[in-house]
Amino acid sequence: MSVNTFVLKGRKVVGGVTEGEALVTRQTISGWGGINPMLGTITETRHELRGQSFKDKILVFPGAKGSSGWSAVFHMTRLSGAAPKAMLFTEMTTKVALGAVVMRVPSITDFDRDPLDLIETGDWVKVDADRGIVEVRKAALRTGS
Amino acid sequence: MQMKLTDQEQAMLNGHDGKARQKAMQLLVRYGEALGAERLVATDNIAGVPGSSNPFLQKYYRQHGGGGYDAIFSFFDLDSDELVEVPKAAAHTCHLQGGYDPENWQLLGATPESFKISQESEAFIADRGVQILKTCTPYLAGNVPSRGDHCAWMESSAVVYCNSVIGARTNTEGRESTSAAMLTGKIPDWGFHRDENRFGSHLIEVDFPIESVMDWGMLGYFAGEAVGERIPVLTGQFGSADLIRHKHFGAAAASSGGVEMYHIVGVTPEANTLAEAFGGRKPLHIIPYGLAEKRRTYDNLNSKASDPQVDYVMLGCPHYSIDQIRDACRMLEGKRVSANCNLWIFTSRAVKVMADAQGLSKQLRSAGAVLLTDTCSSISQAVPPGTKVAALDSAKQTHYLPAIMNIQAWFGSTQDCIQAAITGRWNGVHP
Repeated sequence: MSVNTFVLKGRKVVGGVTEGEALVTRQTISGWGGINPMLGTITETRHELRGQSFKDKILVFPGAKGSSGWSAVFHMTRLSGAAPKAMLFTEMTTKVALGAVVMRVPSITDFDRDPLDLIETGDWVKVDADRGIVEVRKAALRTGS
Repeated sequence: MQMKLTDQEQAMLNGHDGKARQKAMQLLVRYGEALGAERLVATDNIAGVPGSSNPFLQKYYRQHGGGGYDAIFSFFDLDSDELVEVPKAAAHTCHLQGGYDPENWQLLGATPESFKISQESEAFIADRGVQILKTCTPYLAGNVPSRGDHCAWMESSAVVYCNSVIGARTNTEGRESTSAAMLTGKIPDWGFHRDENRFGSHLIEVDFPIESVMDWGMLGYFAGEAVGERIPVLTGQFGSADLIRHKHFGAAAASSGGVEMYHIVGVTPEANTLAEAFGGRKPLHIIPYGLAEKRRTYDNLNSKASDPQVDYVMLGCPHYSIDQIRDACRMLEGKRVSANCNLWIFTSRAVKVMADAQGLSKQLRSAGAVLLTDTCSSISQAVPPGTKVAALDSAKQTHYLPAIMNIQAWFGSTQDCIQAAITGRWNGVHP
């Protein structure tokens, strides 16, 4: 394996295999009142990803917050075609678990190392949720590393 | 992780009780395994939004797999790939807020088409044995669990009330999990269903007496910001603790943070002592709440308003109790809502029947106010036409409404809000 790739291990939440570009945030995401389910964009006023879409991305985030409508709103992103390709998250809640299940996207949690420290927006991420394995290829080597 | 199912659950999963219950059980197993739950737990108290429909879902399923309410329930509520006929609920289930007030739907901006859809999905689900409470406060409309009951509730303000004030047990469930629970009487045995997850994490030491509903709302808003998704334990003087104050505290804490349970030592049922509230463990953090924190919370809540010209006052978040409606009537006595302002008060259908019987609805009408049911301005995204500045007595509504409707909102006491409705101007008292 080359120097700019590494592997994370975690627990399967929803199975499946996919790959894509990472979209990373350290902030939790609201469903109802926090995203536009037709476009997959974050709409919450003070969110650092406001205006960006997770459509077809590997969404790397701490987890869910806000209303109990979380799963239903994310469920609609599957119908509208705006769902993320996969979800990697660090805080398990009923909202994010049910959302992952009904979105039917490969999802992993309980990692051996913190994905929020290691994955950056733009990195190429392969997700094998059946085996709980994430392979990350850095978009750019940081100078000095 | 493989879940351990009972024989009865396994039989349901194998289709012994029909297709719909099989699909519901499949969804619960997928959900339970996603959580890492080891088993399911029986529940006979479910509060959700089964089968509720909107034009997007209607159109989508007309194009994919057939229209109709069985289709929406099968494909969306149960996340099934197969159309199933929806049988009667297997456990006591109520419908939370949503849809439109059957009397005032036009005021809420519903089109005849969207109102018809809301009426039809209501009839469909009522026929399946679901109680049409249409409120975010089921505990004010006849659904009051007992301590220790396992419930499956949605609606963050109801969930936190259920766990903290009643001592019943529920996670923040979602639409699909509550609909699956409705057909099976089961929910994953995870989180707040288990003793070890109900203890406090943070200690909030309150150093002045917490009295008014507004005091409780601000403290809840502060607590949610301070602990996020964790469990706060509060100490201090809470002599005035009553249902209304808990309702406003919990709703606020569940919106600024994700609080699903709190303890107040000497007040709430699982916190007779500090040690009991923390399960013998030490708090992760000790956080003071004094007058400075109270003022900062007030300023924070009022940071979205600058224009004193108020054109809309909304009360009833969470839905008003009959006592709150009576208090509002008393404050309005002999006065009228300003011609430049609207006053809308939201409650449940059950409480409205009481308000009608007591003549309170009529009093409100003659003062120029409107009593509405089923929803609120945030849920229905409906404010009176031309609204630029609202006044609210709910920290939760203040958290959501300005962002959802792109308007300004003042936060204050119910008295401040009623005064604003009468004069059309905000003159809230800074604590």
